[in-house]
Amino acid sequence: MFESLSERLDSAFKSLKGEGRITELNIAATVKEIRRALIDADVNYKIAKEFTDKVKDAVLGEKVITAISPGQLMTKIVKDELTELMGGNEVELNAKGNPAIILIAGLQGSGKTTFSGKLANYLKGKKGFSPMLVAADIYRPAAIDQLKVLGGQIGVDVYSEPENKDAVSIAQNAVKEAKTRNKNVLIIDTAGRLAVDEVMMTEVANVKNAVNPQEILFVVDSMTGQDAVNTAKAFNDRLNFSGVVLTKLDGDTRGGAALSIKYTVDKPIKFISSGEKMDTLDVFYPERMAQRILGM
Amino acid sequence: AGKSTVDEEVLDNLEEALVGADVGIDTTVQIIERIETRVAKDKYLNTTELNNILQQEIEAMLVDAPSANSYAFDSELPSKPYVIMVVGVNGVGKTTTIGKLAHNFKKAGKNVLLGAADTFRAAAVDQLTIWSERAGVPIVKQDMGSDPAAVAFDTVQSGVSRGSDVILIDTAGRLHNKAHLMDELSKIRRVMQKVIPDAPHEVLLVLDGSTGQNALEQAKHFTAATDVTALAITKLDGTAKGGVVLAIANQFKIPVKFIGVGEKMEDLLVFNKHEFVDSLFNLEK
Ligand SMILES: Nc1nc2c(ncn2[C@@H]2O[C@H](COP(=O)(O)OP(=O)(O)OP(=O)(O)O)[C@@H](O)[C@H]2O)c(=O)[nH]1
Ligand SMILES: Nc1nc2c(ncn2[C@@H]2O[C@H](COP(=O)(O)OP(=O)(O)OP(=O)(O)O)[C@@H](O)[C@H]2O)c(=O)[nH]1
Ligand SMILES: [K+]
Ligand SMILES: [Mg+2]
Ligand SMILES: [Mg+2]
Repeated sequence: MFESLSERLDSAFKSLKGEGRITELNIAATVKEIRRALIDADVNYKIAKEFTDKVKDAVLGEKVITAISPGQLMTKIVKDELTELMGGNEVELNAKGNPAIILIAGLQGSGKTTFSGKLANYLKGKKGFSPMLVAADIYRPAAIDQLKVLGGQIGVDVYSEPENKDAVSIAQNAVKEAKTRNKNVLIIDTAGRLAVDEVMMTEVANVKNAVNPQEILFVVDSMTGQDAVNTAKAFNDRLNFSGVVLTKLDGDTRGGAALSIKYTVDKPIKFISSGEKMDTLDVFYPERMAQRILGM
Repeated sequence: AGKSTVDEEVLDNLEEALVGADVGIDTTVQIIERIETRVAKDKYLNTTELNNILQQEIEAMLVDAPSANSYAFDSELPSKPYVIMVVGVNGVGKTTTIGKLAHNFKKAGKNVLLGAADTFRAAAVDQLTIWSERAGVPIVKQDMGSDPAAVAFDTVQSGVSRGSDVILIDTAGRLHNKAHLMDELSKIRRVMQKVIPDAPHEVLLVLDGSTGQNALEQAKHFTAATDVTALAITKLDGTAKGGVVLAIANQFKIPVKFIGVGEKMEDLLVFNKHEFVDSLFNLEK
């Protein structure tokens, strides 16, 4: 559906032929094309603008590229900038503690429960980890059953209290239980919530304060559009989360939300989720994500 | 407030508002061009006048359902039983929307039957069962892992013999780029036609209101597999605007029928163009 970016840039560059150096004026069409490609990929409108302004500043004054395909060259510059922006220092998941506590949060349907199962499965396969899943979603119909089915598939215990309607005390009780069951990693699955839902945001903040997690992972659907910025910022303001998980990357979305979120909260993207099965979890590769956003 | 000119700045702000609401560049440019042709640039126009023109242009993009397939909860439905098959990608709100629809139809005095044709997602049947209890309507289900087409077939057959007015078929979430899963949907559809040749009467594609431009691809592929007849947009109780449905309605001529504004049974609204356009620009109050 999308014409490839480098072709689009090639044609934008046609107007530059014969000019000496890149100026504000003669690069305008190219910058506009890049911006458009980013917005088509769901990168936030303002961020796309800031990002392309930065790229523009970087190439101003350079000699007009005489290569056969200036579009390709320009695409590479953009890709490298994007990669750098989304990467940064790789931060390992911190699962040290007795037990280590990992809190999972995000919007409704983003893939939290599925990811919780995947993460438990991933840690179980690593030496020294004995995970337990905690069902702290007291709202969604059959949320506990769902987590139990997943726990059953991967052979990981699920802690739940079907009659308890207080997520905070469920989490606290799970920590005690982990000690008696000799589990050294707790993964707490929480209900989906909107950032504007004050009561629900307070609930998850209370869970955080009660159990003091090593990691708080914000799970976000990679198909998210312009609102990703608001949501990420609001969750980060309340939880100061330690990492981001991008889900449903087995689809064909360009995933510009990844850039918007990284740009807005500057937290590492720690995992990507790409399937409904328990073994479809991967670490994040900034370069691949940059290529995907640019449709390369 | 007061007078303003429709100059570059106004148009830039408009562009930002539309793109920021996920309307997408192509559709945004279309809207802006239409505005430009209607008001000569730099002409003095007050905000209300401009908003009216905007409202008209955008509403014109949102198609209505053909009268043969429009209904209200309490009106007579176009056929009996009326079969609604609900489809969409993972986690958008299909099952919840079915629960809400069941509640609304039931409240309006209809006999409703649910079919649990998501036999794949963990505890999907349990989830729909809880909704059937909340709404107080019967459900047809089989074990997890059984053939979804068989469940749909059973449901429709049961609905005919019970004299149901409305049959709501839940399906598993699936990403539209997975051909075998899309084929499965076409099969579910075909199998129901063995019982009622023109079923399903409605194929409701559920879109998450916070989804960006990928929703266009969803609409394209689900339409190809199942002839989508209507859209429902969920999660509009958040800050996302759901503007991508403008592009979808415009490009594929599919009407929006329902919007989801919460997780409770009551949180379903019949789509209202005017209010939707207002909310795109936060004009409400
Ligand atoms: N294709 C695909 N589907 C996924 C992925 N992650 C989750 N899902 C599906 O997305 C849907 C929602 O996932 P859940 O794990 O239930 O999401 P959640 O965030 O726990 O949802 P709530 O608890 O209702 O807020 C389910 O159908 C999952 O199977 C993924 O990476 N790829
Ligand atoms: N805030 C809000 N949440 C909603 C709305 N509709 C659904 N949800 C929530 O979104 C999550 C996913 O809803 P489901 O109905 O399970 O979605 P689904 O499309 O059936 O998911 P799969 O079957 O896994 O593909 C649940 O937590 C719902 O409570 C809505 O309109 N507003
Ligand atoms: K909204
Ligand atoms: Mg969940
Ligand atoms: Mg469902």
